[in-house]
Amino acid sequence: MVTETDIQNAVVELLRKAVVKLPADVEESIRKAYAAETDEVPKMQLKAIVDNIDMAIKGNTPMCQDTGVTIFYVTLPKDCRVNVEKGIVEGVRKATKEVPLRPNAVHPITRKNPGDNVGERMPYINWKVGDKDYIEITVMTKGAGSENMSQLAMLTPSQGLKGIKEFVLGAVLRAGSNPCPPTILGVGIGGSSDIAMKLAKEALLRPINQRHKDPEIAKLETELLEAINMLGIGPMGLGGKTTCLGLNIEYAYCHTASLPVGLNVQCWAGRRATVRISPDGKTAYPTHER
Amino acid sequence: MTKMPKKLKTPLSENDVRALKLGETIYLEGVVFTGRDEVHLHALEYLEKGKKVPVEFKGSALFHCGPIMRKVGEKWEVVAAGPTTSSRMNSLEPQFIEKFRPGAIIGKGGMSQPTVDAMKKYGCVYLAITGGAAVLAAKGFKSVSGVEWYELGMPEAIWIMNADNFGPLTVAIDAHGNSLFAAVNTKVKENEQKAREKLGLK
Repeated sequence: MVTETDIQNAVVELLRKAVVKLPADVEESIRKAYAAETDEVPKMQLKAIVDNIDMAIKGNTPMCQDTGVTIFYVTLPKDCRVNVEKGIVEGVRKATKEVPLRPNAVHPITRKNPGDNVGERMPYINWKVGDKDYIEITVMTKGAGSENMSQLAMLTPSQGLKGIKEFVLGAVLRAGSNPCPPTILGVGIGGSSDIAMKLAKEALLRPINQRHKDPEIAKLETELLEAINMLGIGPMGLGGKTTCLGLNIEYAYCHTASLPVGLNVQCWAGRRATVRISPDGKTAYPTHER
Repeated sequence: MTKMPKKLKTPLSENDVRALKLGETIYLEGVVFTGRDEVHLHALEYLEKGKKVPVEFKGSALFHCGPIMRKVGEKWEVVAAGPTTSSRMNSLEPQFIEKFRPGAIIGKGGMSQPTVDAMKKYGCVYLAITGGAAVLAAKGFKSVSGVEWYELGMPEAIWIMNADNFGPLTVAIDAHGNSLFAAVNTKVKENEQKAREKLGLK
């Protein structure tokens, strides 16, 4: 039987993998961008990123000092008997010391820092119940530089598809050099204000080389990505060919009188990792097999 | 043969700073202070109250960075130390430059026009270092001399780093009113029309 300690240990390992090594899809797209860049200044920025990716893996060190706040997505088996929440919280505490992670979580008003990344509603956990016999835990370690550029628009239905495009393009222009481009963009369309934002973040969980299964949405993903990469903001906003590495959209049906659109901005370091914990306590990390 | 990039020693003189050219790559050696939101707020507050700040900022290199540090025995070690988003300090930096006269601000993403103006007036440059490349940046620091204002939390404290080969740093705002970011923005504005056409927007 899986114990709380199993969960805790798996979460420490999960966080270590997440902050040290990028998922294959993100790393590949960065290497491609580096190969494609011809101007000296952006090429140097991408070289630093590529070198840093290699150095982080070699030294088993977090690639970025901003190891983010820890956002979890958990799918439980139907008959789960273990306190997964406690395992995650203690795992975050332990990982903060051992990996180490930067203690980022503070009280929103007093700004007091408890030093262990644990506080009211943090780590934040999204729960689902699935039909598999294993516990699946995915973590996103989301830095503030990019998260601070995220936005919500409550459009009117008459603004439609054009309104969605205007909003995304406008947000990218306003974000400019700030979110550590080349970025990855998650767009959530529909639902309600909170659902659109939630979908925008969840969109970042899908590998960026996979298009949406709905061909119309897939087309919009490609169109927006290509248009954004025409802007020339470039790596770190210093100009260049690649402003955005990938753009994923998720949608939900919404009220006939609403059109909420959420945008979640992710820096080049699109860190996410998944662990599956089987009933016998064995772990597998499908995002970090290579 | 690529030519060797320039290496400068801190504290920087006004001559050092004014001689730097936009787009040039340099490396730093000597003391580098970290300081972000809270350090700016605190330092300006101290000044207002007539209290002395714990480090000498004149001619210094101030790095917008909240590092990951690890204490090994009695000594601090840098684990990861990339830049944070400099634009968060836009509202405080012009005053900070005027009052404390740092020689270089190091960060990512650039800063707004009032800071560009203050840099020109008082002799300071903005050095861009690649965001997220925190292991590469940390490698430029050979040791840590100490920490001040640790009570502000690990990311917000002043860490006193000893650099031996800190970089590569790109001169992105010089001490003569020029900014690479402003130049890119002008181009982006031109490109925006093409992107809009592609999306079928007016």
